[in-house]
Amino acid sequence: MFAIMTVTGVDHTGIIAAVTTALAEQDINILDVSQTIMDNYFTMILRVEFDESAHDIAAIQQAMEPVEKAEALVIRIQSEALFTAVNEI
Amino acid sequence: MSFHLNSRNILDTIEMIEKYRLDIRTVTMGISLLFCSRFTMEETCRAVYDLVVSRASRLVEVCQGIEAELGIPIVNKRISVTPVALITAGVEGNPADVARALDRAAREVGVNFLGGYSALVAKGATTSEKALIRSIPEALSETDLVCSSVNIATSRAGINMNAAAALGRVIKEAAELTADRNAIACAKLVVFANSVGDNPFMAGAYHGVEEPDCVVSVGVSGPGVVDRALGDLEGATLDQVAEEMMTGPDAEPED
Repeated sequence: MFAIMTVTGVDHTGIIAAVTTALAEQDINILDVSQTIMDNYFTMILRVEFDESAHDIAAIQQAMEPVEKAEALVIRIQSEALFTAVNEI
Repeated sequence: MSFHLNSRNILDTIEMIEKYRLDIRTVTMGISLLFCSRFTMEETCRAVYDLVVSRASRLVEVCQGIEAELGIPIVNKRISVTPVALITAGVEGNPADVARALDRAAREVGVNFLGGYSALVAKGATTSEKALIRSIPEALSETDLVCSSVNIATSRAGINMNAAAALGRVIKEAAELTADRNAIACAKLVVFANSVGDNPFMAGAYHGVEEPDCVVSVGVSGPGVVDRALGDLEGATLDQVAEEMMTGPDAEPED
């Protein structure tokens, strides 16, 4: 399935490295990345793809928790279907 | 981003969830009990319990899976059933036993509420409907999750004054029986005029007889709708607020 991961937090060195390393460790492929700094606030959106039968989205969210804590970030992963639906309304 | 969603769309959606509390208010499973009538109340209760538990066994689990997938909370998981007075018609015994069976079933599957301990008597009440109305105080004071409703009037048939009088006594007795719990029984009772054929909204929820065996209704909150409607009404009177809520250009139900 396709999912959208959003990463926000105060900007500092190594955020992208920490997030993408954690994704690589879980064998999750990144299809697209958009990243910007808004008022010193780091904002990154990743479009990722993974095999639903092998990965549970709740488990991925849980696996990102150590990165959230260590890097002081807010990371969410949500099905792309949600954003498509909201955008179409 | 190069695919069909851009960053702005995505961040707007996240803002809706975080700031305006976009959530799925309720997922309500409507279950027809029409084929649960048996010769005795005990057998009817067993049939009702078994059917509700089998139909809704995975309701909460599936809702939790959807919550995780979408990252949006589903606040309530509920069940509505066919108005019970239709099931207990011709069955000897106390209809409150069915309420107790429904309460056990609701607990078993883990839903927040179950509605449908109901009777539709706008034009007149059958024997089983009268018995059900009389049993409402007992049913609501001895169960936790069961909700009850009675439709006593329609624009076409007028008001069933006998039912209105009976319900007055029912409400008083329900309040007295749960006086030590803030009269909670009354919070689980709705008396309707012009109720619709099928209603997924608690506490007046019931599964309409024109519905199929099993239906799932989803209620989504309108993020920011009320906020926007009230935004320009600083210092307005309550009447003006009420008017805006009912007729405002963006007016939509929140639940």
